[in-house]
Amino acid sequence: MKVAYWPGCVSRGFTPELHGSMALVAPKLDIELVELDRANCCGAGVIAEHNQELVDTLNARTFAMAQKVDGAAGMMNICSTCQGAQSECQQRLDADSAYREHVNGHLEPEGLGYELDGGWWNKNFLWLLIEEIGLETVRERVVRPLEGLRVAPFYGCYIVRPTSRLGYDRFPERDRYLEQLIEVLGGTPIDYAGKHRCCGFPVITMAKETSLRQAGRHLADAIDAEADCMVTPCPLCHLNLDLQQPDAAKYVERDLGLPVLHLPQLVGLALGLEPRELGMNKHVVGTREVQRKVSELAAA
Amino acid sequence: MPDYALKIRRYDPESGEAAYWQDFDVELDPERSVLDGILKVKDDEDASIGIRCSCRAAICGSCGVKINGQSKLACNTRISDAAARASNGAIVVEPMGNMPVLKDLIVDMDAVHWKKVQRIVPWLLPEGDPPEREYIVDAEAMIDVTQSMACIQCGVCVSACLSLEVDPEFIGPAALAKAYRFVGDPRDAHTKERLEDLADDPHGIYDCTHCFACIEVCPKDVAPMSQIMRLRRHATADYGIKDRNNGYGHEKAFTDIVEKYGTLHEAQLLPRSYGQGSLVRSQTDPSSLKQLAEAFPTVLNGLRSGKVSPLKVLRHPKLPDQDQVRRIYHAIESKDERLELNLYIVGEGDVEAEPDEEGER
Repeated sequence: MKVAYWPGCVSRGFTPELHGSMALVAPKLDIELVELDRANCCGAGVIAEHNQELVDTLNARTFAMAQKVDGAAGMMNICSTCQGAQSECQQRLDADSAYREHVNGHLEPEGLGYELDGGWWNKNFLWLLIEEIGLETVRERVVRPLEGLRVAPFYGCYIVRPTSRLGYDRFPERDRYLEQLIEVLGGTPIDYAGKHRCCGFPVITMAKETSLRQAGRHLADAIDAEADCMVTPCPLCHLNLDLQQPDAAKYVERDLGLPVLHLPQLVGLALGLEPRELGMNKHVVGTREVQRKVSELAAA
Repeated sequence: MPDYALKIRRYDPESGEAAYWQDFDVELDPERSVLDGILKVKDDEDASIGIRCSCRAAICGSCGVKINGQSKLACNTRISDAAARASNGAIVVEPMGNMPVLKDLIVDMDAVHWKKVQRIVPWLLPEGDPPEREYIVDAEAMIDVTQSMACIQCGVCVSACLSLEVDPEFIGPAALAKAYRFVGDPRDAHTKERLEDLADDPHGIYDCTHCFACIEVCPKDVAPMSQIMRLRRHATADYGIKDRNNGYGHEKAFTDIVEKYGTLHEAQLLPRSYGQGSLVRSQTDPSSLKQLAEAFPTVLNGLRSGKVSPLKVLRHPKLPDQDQVRRIYHAIESKDERLELNLYIVGEGDVEAEPDEEGER
């Protein structure tokens, strides 16, 4: 399957291991990635807070570039925040043809324009895996079932709320995909209070205590539920849950130390890729324990 | 009539006993509400169940509860829908979150919700003597606040708020949506003071973690988080309020960086946010330097893990077609008025795409 691929800013910035692992996992699932390397930042909710017309135009530009990719089934992203921010713009662009024309007017000088096409989609890798590739295909490709690995799913707000905007009427199980996927990969999804809650990242610079209490609490809940690691389809969640984890521990006044994997890393492990090539050495919270468990599986 | 299982959280502070769960079965038509179910149980089995309700039609906003973990109005939730979403067969009904429980399903709205609403000065503060008769405003001028006026003060968003969960002092979604109702009102003469107050409060508009929980649960589509974002937009873009919480700096830094590079240069976001958007100020302003120093261990962790390279910190490539992004910024930001499409007001259906029913009449 060929897709127009929007990697987002953070996967090429502070979480390069996400971008790298996605590149390795894609061919294993016969996904051909056509990277939108001329597309711009989705705005991550911040440009929307600043000026709605601006963010809608910037994302219409990305959609228009994606629609031009010859033979692509749709557009794929690897960031919950990109998904939510872009879906919000797409909802407005799709709802009102006069507004869409107005926004497209800004793109005219370059011959770009976002066209309303009911069949066109922009999906996070998680959604694409389940809805376009299918869990059965994933199951067939698993060469190293992650037996015994207890994984705490962490979705990221932007792909779970608001359900009315995010296609839950058509795909009501989108907030259960991570658990379904973890099972298919051979792991054990664990249940805990935080899986659909907020990592706190959006306010890390403005309300640090609120932000890191959130991250810390979810990590602590997952640890109490005996998780070996957490997995998230959102690199911004990853920044708060992994990069900020040592600081978050102070705000919840307890030891943490839970490895947090990017979604393509977890998938990659089950598809036979090695932790090192998936960039698992580039985490702030060491992933050695997960690597040890996985290497034992390989030996078995 | 089908049978429904209800699992109700019971608590009576005067009994001295801990809270507990109680199971009930209730026979009811599937289109009836969860509130109907609770009231039937109360009538038939246990009159002591505490629930607050009045209109039973999603107008009075009294019967907010948590149903299967989600904050909702009990009268506005079909019992068959709730049963379909129940994970272990029984519909789980609990009191709302983020507020103390008075008894069973009744929470103390005064202690949290109404106190927060009072905090934002929920009345008009017009200038000068009142007119002899009513205030006359242009109908157009009020459209912007109709969404926040739709609030019925049920507290369901307060119950679902994920910032309140970790910071009980957060002013919260309902009160901040109400604040926008006055900030957006052309009759109010203290717009700037209101915005300064809410921007500078560490538990104000910049304490909202942007999680959409309030938007998801609001029974009246008030979208409190969107109102909070409108407050931020007015505070930064219209009044240039440089708050103490880096709200202004964060928004300015982010939008300026994308204008310059096309994608986010993360290494600049933090210092610029601390410096009210400016990289120079971030390294000269004492408060910014203090915050940078506090962030240093995290930066060091990032460098040590290899995810952040020093080169990446110093250099960030511009998009190949960055002039396009800059042109778009200029075209939109140089306009006198911001264009905002609020789907709550204009409706989601495309006017042209709808079948022409009017014409047939």
